[in-house]
Amino acid sequence: RSHEELSSSIRSTGSSPSLVSYYSWWGGVQMGPPDPILGVTEAFKRDTNPKKMNLGVGAYRDDHGKPFVLSCVRKAEELITAKHMDKEYLPIGGLGDFSKCCAQLALGADSEVLKSSRNITVQTISGTGSLRIGANFLARFHGGPRDVYLPKPSWGNHTPIFRDAGMQLKAYRYYDPSTCGFDFKGALDDISKIPEQSVIMLHACAHNPTGVDPKPEQWKEISDLVKKRNLLVFFDMAYQGFASGDIDRDAWAVRYFIEQGHNILLSQSFAKNMGLYGERVGGFTVVCNDTEEAKRVESQLKILIRPIYSNPPMNGARIAATILNTPDLRSLWLEEVHFMANRIIKMREQLVAGLKKEGSSHNWQHVIDQIGMFCFTGLKPEQVERLTKEFSVYMTKDGRISMAGVTSANVGYLAHGIHAVTK
Amino acid sequence: MSVFGDVPLAPPVAVFKLSADFREDGHPQKVNLGVGAYRTDDCQPWVLPVVKKVERLIVEDAGLNHEYLPILGLPEFRSASSKVALGDGSAAIKDGRVGGVQALGGTGALRIGAEFLRRWYNGVNNTATPVYVSAPTWENHNSVFADAGFKDIRPYHYWDAAKRGLDLAGLLDDLEKAPEHSVFVLHACAHNPTGTDPTREEWKQISEIMKRRSLFVFFDSAYQGFASGDLDKDAWAIRYFVSEGFELFIAQSFSKNFGLYNERVGYLTVVARDSENLSRTLSQMEKIVRTTWSNPPSQGARIVSKTLNCPELFAEWKSNVKTMADRVLLMRDQLKAKLQALGTPGTWDHITQQIGMFSFTGLNPKQVEYMIAEKHVYLMASGRINMCGLTTSNIDYIAQSIHDAVTKVPQCRS
Repeated sequence: RSHEELSSSIRSTGSSPSLVSYYSWWGGVQMGPPDPILGVTEAFKRDTNPKKMNLGVGAYRDDHGKPFVLSCVRKAEELITAKHMDKEYLPIGGLGDFSKCCAQLALGADSEVLKSSRNITVQTISGTGSLRIGANFLARFHGGPRDVYLPKPSWGNHTPIFRDAGMQLKAYRYYDPSTCGFDFKGALDDISKIPEQSVIMLHACAHNPTGVDPKPEQWKEISDLVKKRNLLVFFDMAYQGFASGDIDRDAWAVRYFIEQGHNILLSQSFAKNMGLYGERVGGFTVVCNDTEEAKRVESQLKILIRPIYSNPPMNGARIAATILNTPDLRSLWLEEVHFMANRIIKMREQLVAGLKKEGSSHNWQHVIDQIGMFCFTGLKPEQVERLTKEFSVYMTKDGRISMAGVTSANVGYLAHGIHAVTK
Repeated sequence: MSVFGDVPLAPPVAVFKLSADFREDGHPQKVNLGVGAYRTDDCQPWVLPVVKKVERLIVEDAGLNHEYLPILGLPEFRSASSKVALGDGSAAIKDGRVGGVQALGGTGALRIGAEFLRRWYNGVNNTATPVYVSAPTWENHNSVFADAGFKDIRPYHYWDAAKRGLDLAGLLDDLEKAPEHSVFVLHACAHNPTGTDPTREEWKQISEIMKRRSLFVFFDSAYQGFASGDLDKDAWAIRYFVSEGFELFIAQSFSKNFGLYNERVGYLTVVARDSENLSRTLSQMEKIVRTTWSNPPSQGARIVSKTLNCPELFAEWKSNVKTMADRVLLMRDQLKAKLQALGTPGTWDHITQQIGMFSFTGLNPKQVEYMIAEKHVYLMASGRINMCGLTTSNIDYIAQSIHDAVTKVPQCRS
């Protein structure tokens, strides 16, 4: 029965607890579908096959398939514990020490933007929180079109984040399924048609889900075209250090665009490169014309943030800031990031070698050419379904696998499974 | 030309600006009675002893890592939070119709609840549903519901400035006149900023009207334990409404009662008609969380969860909470006594009748200005003071300052 029928029935018969119990405010609430990415882990957990593999979520695993807590993180935690700090609220924009070194990490210590203080960088709830603040800011203050152009494909959560913030989504060609590589021509063609002042989202490095990144010469052309079209650039950098193993190399595109005069928006995450997933450490930066503009933008970001969560959590930001600002820990971190990235690269090589050994006739070069945590295998949905059903290998329907879930112990099994569903 | 050329400079959030001004002030006797954070008698922040203990356990536990929590949060934290609010013996919990979402502080819990209500309550995406907040209320309530999309946010009568107490008649009248299905944000205890709570009899009257008129109950519970020193006593209103059969939301904060301000530990308790309605509701809240922060921070939830789920630690926590509540009660007694001893004009019973961290002194904006400019005693323009800012060292100075403000600066005529 509808609310209205029952309400009027209660009114006419007088208040009655037993009638009230028949209906709920939430009778009309539909069951939400499981999250496409996080839902994979849920399904994986339910599987009892001892050989099962979780190649869904992009969380790094060591060669034993275990979560990896970086030594620099443990050391930073010890330093922090010894300081006996209080737990007073952070400012709305977060821990100042953190925001500063977060911006430095992305932009480079010698960045002209930092020297002129024409950026505003706030601490955010990891990458998601950063993107959402950015999306909310655009919805409220961007005078241009409501459209945000995402690469096709993009991280699944980009679309609902921008949508919930009140923006609309469009796409530009990016991934070429025939080559499992970058559709450079298609991208330029589409970008050249984007209406002026629209927002264009770019993955800074280690594109998610494809692992396909533009080469530097291609980035240069993209930058020129974007400038010509007068588009507002929003970089998502969730894997700095994780892609090539080198933090400066991975930030090259971001820094190049800034040098070329783009006043970008930038989201950063420390979930992967510092293994601080559950601590929710991230940053949001707006590069402005000057300090005065940065101050105005900052004041509005605070107004946006306060009614969402008031101020951000301390723990992870304190760890990250300690690592970045303590020379020994920073060096250790760089080594560990390099180590993680290298393990991924090795697994890519071993997977391809394994597929060759299985006798696969397909070209798997893209597995090695792609970069970062993810590999867009090229598997079709039916093949993915078989891989999951028959081999208990869990991945997202788009054929994306997280290389971080691959180990020397299971790479052979994975090669076997992939070969079985593709031969 | 900049895309942000037209972005206006926003005014600072008042309570934080107050703290900033306080920090800049060089006066030796300055006092900050602004932000709602507990202070010891030495005017220092206090990390609860039980929190220190549990943090050490966490850091030393090599088996713990920093992996993502589930979207809705740490399971042990979630169940413990519901229990703290509704009580161990809660029939609703036993019936499987209580669940919730770990959120970033009380603010985060309010926001998730508000977003959900805007999308799914009283129709689909009904931004016109009136949302009522008390007059006055925590200033962020307005922004939370407005940014969640609600277009019609209204005050309900609450504080009676003339009698310095609850305007019950006005409140009940607003409940009778509110459109059906309106959302009402109720402070579970220790009303912020007035410190004035309905009595149990008054809560019963409020409940009767809300049930009869199908109004939605959204509790904000930021001070459980902190108000009276007793968790169960402070949760009486919440538990009464649940026993009366309401489906409701409770935004809980562990910032104050655990002193975990900067770890952003909060929880939105959802009480639904039955488990089936509950699970659909939670599935939609997951979607909201996923585009807001994906999954919540783990540190604070681990601390609270370990504490609430271990009998010895739970007992130690209750005792820490009582320490804080008792110090506040002591300062209330002493401030009232000193004002009476000074012969400060007016009645000061409200200082001890009000409950929790805050007191609505009754000082008008001009008197507040005087307090700040002349006495370097910082308080909100509303006349709200944080009792935790009072110590045995500064209470005489504060009492004298209030006395001077009242005698030297005239009462405004409204």
